[in-house]
Amino acid sequence: MYIEEFKKYYEKRHEYAKDFKKKHPDWKIVGTFCTYYPEELMYAAKVLPVRILGSHEPQNVTEPHIFGMFCPFCRDVLAQGLQGRYDYLDGIMIAQSCLHVRQSYTSWDLHIPVDFRYYLPMPHHLQSARAKDFLKAELEKFKKALENWTGNKITDEALDEAIEILNENRRLLRQAYDFRKKDNPPMTGLEAMYMVVSSQMMHKKDHNEILKNLIEKELPNRDLGIGDHIRLMVLGSENDDVEFLDMVETITSNPAKFVIDDHCTGSRYFWNQVEPKADRLMAIAERYINRPPCPTKDWPNRLRLEHDLNLAKEWNVQGAVLLQQKFCDPHECDIPIFQRAFEEQGIKTLFLELDVLVPVGQFKIRTEAFLETLSSEDLF
Amino acid sequence: MAKYKTEPLKLWNKAKEIRQQYYKNYATAHEKGGIRWAGGAWTFDAVPAGLGEDVYSLTSEPYGASVAWNKNFALECQEAAEAFGFARDLCSYMRNYWGSILIDKYVFGGPFPKPDFLWQDHICCSHAKWYQNISYLEGGIPMYCVDMGAGAYKPFAEVTESQIDYIANQLLDGIEWLEKVTGRKFNDELFFEACWNDFRSTSRWAQICELNRAVPAPLEEKTMYSLYVLATLQKSWKVVADFYDELYEEVKDRVDRGIAAVENERVRVITDTQPPWAFLKIFRYMEKYGCVSVGSIYTYGLEGMFVYDKEKHEFNHRPLPPKKPETREEACRMLADWHMCKPEYQHFVHPEYKTLMMDAICKQWNVDGVMLHYNRGCEGLSVGIAEVRLGLLKRGRKVMTFEGNMGDEREFDEARTVQRIDAFLETFGIRKSE
Repeated sequence: MYIEEFKKYYEKRHEYAKDFKKKHPDWKIVGTFCTYYPEELMYAAKVLPVRILGSHEPQNVTEPHIFGMFCPFCRDVLAQGLQGRYDYLDGIMIAQSCLHVRQSYTSWDLHIPVDFRYYLPMPHHLQSARAKDFLKAELEKFKKALENWTGNKITDEALDEAIEILNENRRLLRQAYDFRKKDNPPMTGLEAMYMVVSSQMMHKKDHNEILKNLIEKELPNRDLGIGDHIRLMVLGSENDDVEFLDMVETITSNPAKFVIDDHCTGSRYFWNQVEPKADRLMAIAERYINRPPCPTKDWPNRLRLEHDLNLAKEWNVQGAVLLQQKFCDPHECDIPIFQRAFEEQGIKTLFLELDVLVPVGQFKIRTEAFLETLSSEDLF
Repeated sequence: MAKYKTEPLKLWNKAKEIRQQYYKNYATAHEKGGIRWAGGAWTFDAVPAGLGEDVYSLTSEPYGASVAWNKNFALECQEAAEAFGFARDLCSYMRNYWGSILIDKYVFGGPFPKPDFLWQDHICCSHAKWYQNISYLEGGIPMYCVDMGAGAYKPFAEVTESQIDYIANQLLDGIEWLEKVTGRKFNDELFFEACWNDFRSTSRWAQICELNRAVPAPLEEKTMYSLYVLATLQKSWKVVADFYDELYEEVKDRVDRGIAAVENERVRVITDTQPPWAFLKIFRYMEKYGCVSVGSIYTYGLEGMFVYDKEKHEFNHRPLPPKKPETREEACRMLADWHMCKPEYQHFVHPEYKTLMMDAICKQWNVDGVMLHYNRGCEGLSVGIAEVRLGLLKRGRKVMTFEGNMGDEREFDEARTVQRIDAFLETFGIRKSE
């Protein structure tokens, strides 16, 4: 079935990239950190961006490079490079994000040879009217750097085509997420995670083809028989922890499914589109500024909180699981406030801290207890 | 028999008095009909100065450090922040500050004085979030925050007009915001004067740090903490700028007369990041070996304005701008350009920039070794620190590390640190005098 395709691409991300390179020798592949990278420009320059994620395995190669007080995700990401798993990359780039993953980029830059490296100072003060002009100017510089490196001129036509490919992907992902509003969702949280994360690792045209088939041929009639399951939301820092999601969704005592999320490996990545306008770079800048923010860029107002409460309402959520990478400062600053706001709306919360490896046994006990509180009416 | 002459710093008491006056001014501002605001030590404090001469600030990092020095008070604050739900690994200054609000106690006595507005800048992941949560905990204080994330400064990166514009325009918007939230008319003349004081304080402090290139060093780092702190409180305050002029003369005189900070100076080191404030006695311990810490990129470059010269591989103070600002726009652009250059800001983009500056300090300040504080209390200044270690080792520098926390003593192992210091200093062939 189509939905299973995503898992395959997620697990075979390196094979896909290497194969892509063989099939498209005129394209280059650039590894990216975080999700603020302007994909449209890269596609228009025939550069395939692939997001570098960790492998959730113990490793002993990053200790000399990143102090242990930084998040396990950034160390896991760097470990992939130091272990040579991304040896097919032609370049790396980061659009300024949190300090943690910025270190993955800078250590990669120092120790792993690539042809192209680029640091784009993506603004943090997204709520300032000044952010758009600044980002547009930075996109101009990035455009020139890509042109110089690849030798490919980024024309308006190429940009329009790239915008449309990416917008289509975002539209289709939103459509797939809409199916999850149903009383009996045709997709689990884990499947949704595979669906979104795989789009960060493959060419969007390939991804769009699978998505179209999924939406037209599979989801409308797919019955997982989970209409009576507890509806959960998952939110927080980067999360592609398959084992954890699978554990929660296979608990049998009080079965539950994730029906919506706010993660950079989930809805936050694709939620809004580029609104086309004559000034293409400004249109792109506005898209990245207006997307649901990472907490490190969400100030002075907490716009993400309002967005997340709306998601919880629209997807009829009963409980929220707040996941946070250990040491993730931006989320740690938000979590107590988010928990209070969710509880005020009558949505119970469970907070769990992630490391590279998840203590599934302990988390299972805590999750089961949490689910029990959500179904207490049935118990007593 | 002492190797060098030494004597106390004549301006020591004056530095203490200015600091005391600063905290008192803030606490009593309302009694005098004034305004009080809170913001970080890195913030553009020259801007709120345009609201009048009765406007007083409380900067958060020095406040968090003051709390840290008082171990019992710090613990009370940290436990209050943790009980609220904040993670124990967050910035310890931040937890000390939030804790003060939660327990409603000012470390200098009395209830915690609530600011009228928040004026902050964003440099690390926590800076804006810190104040977002102050606003939340205080029930919604108006907040404005300037993003400094426009990239590194020359020579590490090209600096374009749009980068300066981004910061300067946020400041211009901030001035309108200040007028709106306070109901006061902004006085440009006061603002220009405050800008000039900012440039004076930060350029002069850098020159004072340069005097420490002398052998013997006229200042040691523990003392420097009590001096540089004035710029972290209010670099745009004329009292601070004038004090640094006076201090420069006194330190220069010490150099001219060969007055040492440590009378048996044998080995010179630099440190990195904030020290564990509750354990400054480790500096005195090092002196038993004849080891003097002549500073750090932290004590020099958090407030001191330096420029790295790529061609000469030198780290020198940035001279004052050629003239005072004459228009609001010009003042904002000058401030933006000046503060983008801050040495402590560069490593937020890449650790290699910090390595280069520290290596230049080693060369120009005659440094024998580097002690890196792997500071669990501050992600901002610890970012990239492991790469800095590798970079300095690659350049042939002797480096030791010790792990701790600037503001949370629960994360500092004094005995272990002392043992590491012993081992490190013995590599220089020196022995401790009892």
